[in-house]
Amino acid sequence: MSGRPDPDDATDATLRAILVDVTGLSSVRAAALGPDSGLFGALPELDSMAVATLLGEIEERFDLTIADDEIDGSLLETFGALLAFVDAKRAA
Amino acid sequence: MIARWPCSGAGGPVDELAVAFDRKRRFRLLVVPPLFEEMNRTRRLLVETLRRLDAGGIDGFLPDLPGCNESPQRFEDQSLYAWRAAMAQAARHFAATHVLAVRGGALVFPVILPGWVLEPVKGATILRQLLRARMLAAREAGVDEDMATLLEVGRTEGLDLAGYRCGPALIAGLESARAEDEGQIEIRQSDLGGGGALWLRAEPGEDAAQADALARRIIESIAA
Repeated sequence: MSGRPDPDDATDATLRAILVDVTGLSSVRAAALGPDSGLFGALPELDSMAVATLLGEIEERFDLTIADDEIDGSLLETFGALLAFVDAKRAA
Repeated sequence: MIARWPCSGAGGPVDELAVAFDRKRRFRLLVVPPLFEEMNRTRRLLVETLRRLDAGGIDGFLPDLPGCNESPQRFEDQSLYAWRAAMAQAARHFAATHVLAVRGGALVFPVILPGWVLEPVKGATILRQLLRARMLAAREAGVDEDMATLLEVGRTEGLDLAGYRCGPALIAGLESARAEDEGQIEIRQSDLGGGGALWLRAEPGEDAAQADALARRIIESIAA
């Protein structure tokens, strides 16, 4: 995992909120997501279209751009990996 | 409830359908839906909003975009130009006095009518999301597709995106289209009471509070 070890709380909260909006996950389930919780491949709601929506919302709400070559399997494997990625992008 | 309206169509005149609440009242709202999957995800919200407007004394019309829903036309033949022309025809047919364009609908709504745009989105943003979804699906299947190459093919031959066969004209149109604005009032998702945007939701949902808020905003400002 890359990025700072302790992601900013606001980033964490916003990312959970985006996941709720895109997947329809209850906020209880979203709050229970840990660093190792699986996303793409683990949440049935997250198909390729939903992942594209998720990435678009991340770009929109954090005002950042995700390059196509940054999107690989490991990015969306776990909540922790995605959070670290967003946190590193925001710090850059 | 379901009304027909005449549309020029790529292969000649056809009848398209619309959800209609028509009691020949003074204010008549045409709703131009979002494009692609967002149209399905917001359909309940928009029909529920029309029901509330009907109760509030406003006629409402939600036409199918040609090639979508119950349309007899092929999706492949559509372009932003064709959708724009069709929505103008629907507005004339139903004698709409106002328009509500939602998301990508803001790329094709009749700008001559006063009204509202809900969270308008650029064509390039829509296209990028569709291309990404295709790339991700291909990668899952073990095929590496490159966005730039896909786009190049799309511009000349068209492209299958998220289950929609998009013709080259639609791809080219989306690349450069920006939401039009002739003074229509912009409504943000945050104005609808704080719930999440339903067009983001992977599985379509509904939200009575959002339909209430959207209808209320229109009722309050339509006569102003």
